[in-house]
Amino acid sequence: MFELIEAIAKIAILVGGLMTAAAYFVLLERWMAAWVQDRRGPNRVGVPLTNIKLFGLGQPLADGVKMLLKEDFTPSHVDRRLFVIAPIVIMTAAVAIFAVIPFGSVTPAVVPVEGTAEGTIEAGSAVARPIELVVAPGVDVGMLYVFALSSIAVYGVILGGWASNNKYSFLGGLRSSAQLIAYELPLGLGILGVVLASGSLNLGDIITHQASTGVWNAISQPLGFVVFVVAAFAEAARLPFDLPECEQELIGGYHTEYGGMKLVLFLTAEFIHMITASFLIVILFLGGWHFWGITGSGGEIGWGVAVLRVFVLAVKILLVILFFMLVRWSWPRFRFDQLMALAWKVMLPLGMVNLLAMAAIVEIERTYAGELSWFARLLLILASWGVLVGGWVAVAIAQPLTADNRARTAIEE
Amino acid sequence: MKPDDPNITWLEEPQLGLVGRMYLPLFFQGLATTAKHLVGPKVTVSFPEERPEIGNPLIYRGVHRLNKDEQGRVKCVACFLCATACPAHCIDIIGVESPWPDREKYPESFVIDELRCIFCGMCEEACPVDAIELTSLLDLTGRSREEMIFDKEKLLSVYDQTKDAEPMKSAALGGTV
Repeated sequence: MFELIEAIAKIAILVGGLMTAAAYFVLLERWMAAWVQDRRGPNRVGVPLTNIKLFGLGQPLADGVKMLLKEDFTPSHVDRRLFVIAPIVIMTAAVAIFAVIPFGSVTPAVVPVEGTAEGTIEAGSAVARPIELVVAPGVDVGMLYVFALSSIAVYGVILGGWASNNKYSFLGGLRSSAQLIAYELPLGLGILGVVLASGSLNLGDIITHQASTGVWNAISQPLGFVVFVVAAFAEAARLPFDLPECEQELIGGYHTEYGGMKLVLFLTAEFIHMITASFLIVILFLGGWHFWGITGSGGEIGWGVAVLRVFVLAVKILLVILFFMLVRWSWPRFRFDQLMALAWKVMLPLGMVNLLAMAAIVEIERTYAGELSWFARLLLILASWGVLVGGWVAVAIAQPLTADNRARTAIEE
Repeated sequence: MKPDDPNITWLEEPQLGLVGRMYLPLFFQGLATTAKHLVGPKVTVSFPEERPEIGNPLIYRGVHRLNKDEQGRVKCVACFLCATACPAHCIDIIGVESPWPDREKYPESFVIDELRCIFCGMCEEACPVDAIELTSLLDLTGRSREEMIFDKEKLLSVYDQTKDAEPMKSAALGGTV
């Protein structure tokens, strides 16, 4: 009984929080876009039916009402079934990923252990157990689950592009599938280093490992971090990798023909992909809920620390999302051949180099477990930074992204 | 034009140094630019709480007005030069014999359709007696088409409304009248 209530409560918190967060991140995105362009952004909509403006915090509500009241138009030339299924697929997959993503650490022991009499349990007593702040606790293949579901997002995109029966949409869908498949590899290679280091695919255990050693994976394997962040940007189809829907070339890509609630599903799913990417970056590489000195690292905690850990995680995710939004206006979009070259010629080799280096470092750490002085540990970390610099310089010297395919070279040859 | 056309000058792209090929300069330049603008001053004017700053009211082209002379009479002599110059044909004048000795005609009716007007300022340039001028009033609104057709009384009242803030332009611009 308690398990059911617990699960339903966590699902309600997560889905409600996720949708609200997505709505407010849209507002944040518009603010960031405006501020970067020296504008003020949406600041008029506040409390409905009053003149209270609240810096425009009512904007998501207004956007939602507008989108809800729009006509749910289906063009006559589309494949009707797939056209309806596509946004449902992409949204379901995007939300379902969060089943294994922890949004905090654990609470103090409050839930009675199975078999004890209900109502007689004192909080914190020996027969109570803590609540893990993740919808599906103890999923030992959490990383695989995330990967499997994020791959399903490709189906939503390509189904939408195909069903739209529009060549721009179709091109957008094709591009998207090529891009997502290409970047799954460096994404996986970036994660493999983390899995090697922590010895688990469970996202909670990965955080606990970073918290117990006090060294975040971004510090101990910087090359993997760089590869993963670049791949995560591409997986979330954010600028500078937003080729599936680049407005200038494809009008809007795979959701050109969509409108009303179906479009909202696509757009929200895209935002949730970005939030997922931020969660993964924070959990895998930036220590999750851990911060030196204030959150501790153990499993037995009081309410204060439990709330503090959720707060630390939320702040980190907000910062990563702000970085996502700032990057959007900082660099121009890649050309498609550059995008593919970056995936296959740069990120894939770098990911492999990182994996090899991490395997060696982790092997050294395991072999001399407990005997390594802090100086030796520091040397290992420095070695991983050396791998980052070496790999990066090697890429710069090899120049795999430069391809002179102008007509002139054909003449000279 | 074919690629081997002798008229084509082929330019070499500038070679990047090692640091440039590592994307580092562009990476930091891009982030620095956006970060600078993120906190920099904003150019948006929050109309209507704030009014936009008008650089020089003398050359701003807003709502028209019909100027009055010292005796409070309309300065217009119904010469039709403004109506002739108007590219949008928005000025409609009915000129009749003047009751005053200093001119032959005056406008019995002077109507400007502000919805047709393109605010080019040619009427102002054409006017030989500096009777029609464009003010710096910019928030020209109305709830119906009829409301936006300004007759002589309305145009004269715009003069009364703006004469203190914006004296007649001819003197300031070195005019003779």
